[in-house]
Amino acid sequence: MNHAVNQELSRRHVLWVGGGAALAGLGLAGCASGPQTGPSIGRVVIVGGGFGGSTAARYLRLWGGNIDVTLVERNARFISCPMSNLVVGGYRQTDYLTRGYEGLRAVGVKVVQGEVTAVDAVAKKVRLASGAELPYDRLILSPGVDFMNDQVVGLAAAFDSGRVLHSWKAGPQTTALRRQLEAMPDGGVYAITIPKAPYRCPPGPYERACMVASYFKTSKPRAKVLVLDANPEITSKKGLFEKAFKDHYTGIIEYRANSELKEVVGTTAKLEFDDVKADVLNVVPPQRGGDIARQAGLLNMNNRWVGVNWLTMESTASPGIHVLGDATFSAPAMPKSGHMANQHAKVAAAAIIQLLKGEAVNAAPVVMNTCYSFVTAADVIHVASVHQYDAVDKTFKTVPGSGGVSAVASAVEGRYALSWADNIWADMLAA
Amino acid sequence: MPRLSGAAPAALALCLLLAASPWVQAQTPDPNLARNLAATCANCHGTNGNARGEMKPLAGRPAAATIALMTQYSNGGLPATIMHQIAKGYTEQQIKLIADFLAAQPPKK
Repeated sequence: MNHAVNQELSRRHVLWVGGGAALAGLGLAGCASGPQTGPSIGRVVIVGGGFGGSTAARYLRLWGGNIDVTLVERNARFISCPMSNLVVGGYRQTDYLTRGYEGLRAVGVKVVQGEVTAVDAVAKKVRLASGAELPYDRLILSPGVDFMNDQVVGLAAAFDSGRVLHSWKAGPQTTALRRQLEAMPDGGVYAITIPKAPYRCPPGPYERACMVASYFKTSKPRAKVLVLDANPEITSKKGLFEKAFKDHYTGIIEYRANSELKEVVGTTAKLEFDDVKADVLNVVPPQRGGDIARQAGLLNMNNRWVGVNWLTMESTASPGIHVLGDATFSAPAMPKSGHMANQHAKVAAAAIIQLLKGEAVNAAPVVMNTCYSFVTAADVIHVASVHQYDAVDKTFKTVPGSGGVSAVASAVEGRYALSWADNIWADMLAA
Repeated sequence: MPRLSGAAPAALALCLLLAASPWVQAQTPDPNLARNLAATCANCHGTNGNARGEMKPLAGRPAAATIALMTQYSNGGLPATIMHQIAKGYTEQQIKLIADFLAAQPPKK
């Protein structure tokens, strides 16, 4: 096995010369603008240009000495999951969620559109689908989640057919769900299924239910929203969502706890004891750390998530590979959110700079989370938390007495939510 | 390590925990600690405190003003939607580091 790998590496090494030339043609040669001069102190390759990876790229350039930073992202532009329920509800267009990588390029990040297909932690290289390879001194994976479609009978085929959508990665699926809702007859049923926690964006499914119900209330008053939750209760901002369901959507939203999806047939959701026929079936599938993390052998927690050293964000399975965001095995009460991925990225960027310089990393990092959810087109609720590193238990812990949720849903927080998006998108993309 | 919030037993327990751990090494000068702590604010208040939209800009704001505001949020002296919950998550020392760092950042127009 090792012999074969070495042969492959050796062959690839020859190809690397050609690959390097091809990459130079893409504008990868030579570092772009930036305040740093002098010899490079290291090469960092980042896989995934979402909230985690983009923030890491930006902050490595902002804080680093002369560090070569290459960000590999499969999409040409960033599309935000946070705020995407506003598109589902018909209150924003996808353009609003979409941002370019020009800002990162302008601060000297080499942004490569491509798909990383393999990680060689020994030779310290990643391989792209194009065949190109990128060597690194430090690797960051910010792979998000991928779906465990095999946990639900018929789900993979249902997704392939295009009839059933997850819309849990923003982009074409977001607009496709909006079109399904627009095409649905008044009097129809939209059903959303929620997997057992943990999953990306705990309050997201309930916000989506509110946004769809808000649309129905004005445009299809006889239509219904059915929330089929595998969990025993609403997993985030419970009291506030229950109040929103009651105050705004009585007779529209029906919430069912302990309703795990077992099988999908057409647009029928089969549960343990009954079948629910929907006109639009939206399945939020069970999730695990993204494919590239699995391929790199990093899913060492329940075979689903990546265990990390919280001081550096390095994988416990493969030190030297830093992993950010939803793919990590969360610390206690730490949500899988874009905001948290941004915070992970800053811990990792600071640590990597210290490690490349041979200096001690920050022994007392802090991360925090803020998550806003729309319950109407204007009114918003939040949950916030602050997490201090605990050196004894080697994990982040929320500070007793801190954090919490909104007292009430409000339009003031609606304006803050929109400003939150503007600020975090600018922070991560240097836009 | 003085804390901003009440909850004395919990705070005391945390202080004892911290005193017995390498966490207190944060007391020794780490030139990047203030920068790293201030970066936790950037998601809402902009990179280096240059906020957009409705969020309060913090870049170039006198440190004493930021510290006073955070203290009021923390002790309930100032109504807030969210900052009273966030302020209670940081120690006085951390808030001072953050306020000093942001005060030194040039505001962008």
